[in-house]
Amino acid sequence: MSRASAPSSSAKKATARGKSVSAARLVVLVATRKGAWLFHSDAKRKGWTADGPHFLGHIISHVQLDPRDGRTLLAAAKTGHLGPTIFRSTDLGHSWKEAQQPPAFAPCAGLPGRSVDHTFWLTPGHASERDTWYAGTSPQGLFRSVDGGVNWAPLPSVNDDPQFREWMGSAQDGTPDGPKLHSVIVDPRDANHLYFGMSGGGVHESRDAGLSWSTLIQGMEVVEGFDAATVTFHDPHCMRMCPGRPDRLYQQNHCGIYRLDRSDNPSDAAWQRIGRKMPKLAGDIGFPIVVHPRDADTAWVFPMDGTTVWPRTSPDGRPAAYVTRNAGRSWQRLDQGLPESQAWWTLKRQAMTVDAQATPALYLGTTSGELWIGRDEGARWSNVARHLPEIYAVEVGEVA
Amino acid sequence: MKVLIPGALRSYTGRSQVEAEGDTLEMLFADLDRRYPGLRFRVVNEQAQLRPNMRIFVNGLGVRELQHALKHDDFVAVVLALSGG
Repeated sequence: MSRASAPSSSAKKATARGKSVSAARLVVLVATRKGAWLFHSDAKRKGWTADGPHFLGHIISHVQLDPRDGRTLLAAAKTGHLGPTIFRSTDLGHSWKEAQQPPAFAPCAGLPGRSVDHTFWLTPGHASERDTWYAGTSPQGLFRSVDGGVNWAPLPSVNDDPQFREWMGSAQDGTPDGPKLHSVIVDPRDANHLYFGMSGGGVHESRDAGLSWSTLIQGMEVVEGFDAATVTFHDPHCMRMCPGRPDRLYQQNHCGIYRLDRSDNPSDAAWQRIGRKMPKLAGDIGFPIVVHPRDADTAWVFPMDGTTVWPRTSPDGRPAAYVTRNAGRSWQRLDQGLPESQAWWTLKRQAMTVDAQATPALYLGTTSGELWIGRDEGARWSNVARHLPEIYAVEVGEVA
Repeated sequence: MKVLIPGALRSYTGRSQVEAEGDTLEMLFADLDRRYPGLRFRVVNEQAQLRPNMRIFVNGLGVRELQHALKHDDFVAVVLALSGG
């Protein structure tokens, strides 16, 4: 194991694309327990300008930039008292307007009624579907908007399906702040090909735009003593599709790190536990996982202490990312610049991301309210902001 | 009737006290939503239940049942439950 490694060879290819890469303006979108902040920079990423707080005092689970126009933002919000909603900006956060119909469960005969506590995850739709967005909620629900996030409709194939409802369990079966539907992924080659994960309730795939679903849990492990054939017991924490190879998925699970390579025969699909190659002291438990924008063999994780009572801190108080550059056959520690000891923060599953610049940078948002950048693909870390509220999600995008 | 609006909802109404009508609390919130779109869902969930941390007082008496009957001259206060953190 080495402590740092060279950026991927794909950086040279991206640099060769020309000036458009270096002329980019970047925005890092930080969602916190007490509001949202936008951090602006250029492709050099040396200086950052903070814009915020937006929605001070609101619990912001996720903020996403629409990559189809580079201007539209959606923010998933609630407060300690008020119900959940979605805010939309078409001018990069200068002004916001609330959704007319936020995600809300429809009445469902024969099943207990549910109420959305908060929208947890936002995913822009396919490039060909200009105004489509997906949202995952707590308790678990999947919603779609076809008008840019103004009106949201539930997907009954998930929300009202008795089998899914059994897999979801009750509110008491989920994570401490509620069971979540997350990692909604749209295949860039096919708008009808979707994935999502549920904590708990496994990984699911649709090839008909959400009319029907199949389950993808083969190879995934569950807590010792439970039956891995039971979908309910599966707890994927975060799942990512490789932009450079959409048939490859990576997953950080409650029970390890996995890779899935799809073939022409979907029934062959089986997750491989690549986290077994992680150093024993770090383990392969955590929440976020990030994939390289072009190199499908490169992915990053940020291990968390998942021993005994699940402290959910950095292992041994020494935070570090780990990178694989060979699809999980080996991992290297990336901690240069991060605190060397007595740092007991960690990351939520949406609080780690990567940009798509020639030499990508990673971004971390910590539970202690710090925003970090990992230059040269995580080889050198430096602090961008501190003293923010607890960070729930970090996204980065290119501004048009 | 007069309705007292908490600070957290004044982004909808623009003021702390508004006029709205309804024979029940449910109808009152429907009228409030017509006047101030989006307000109802922040207070009442899709199961037509008052959200857990919201309190309603009608003429000073706490009410949780949205079928509670109202009179034209009632005074309705929408209040955030006391909480910390």
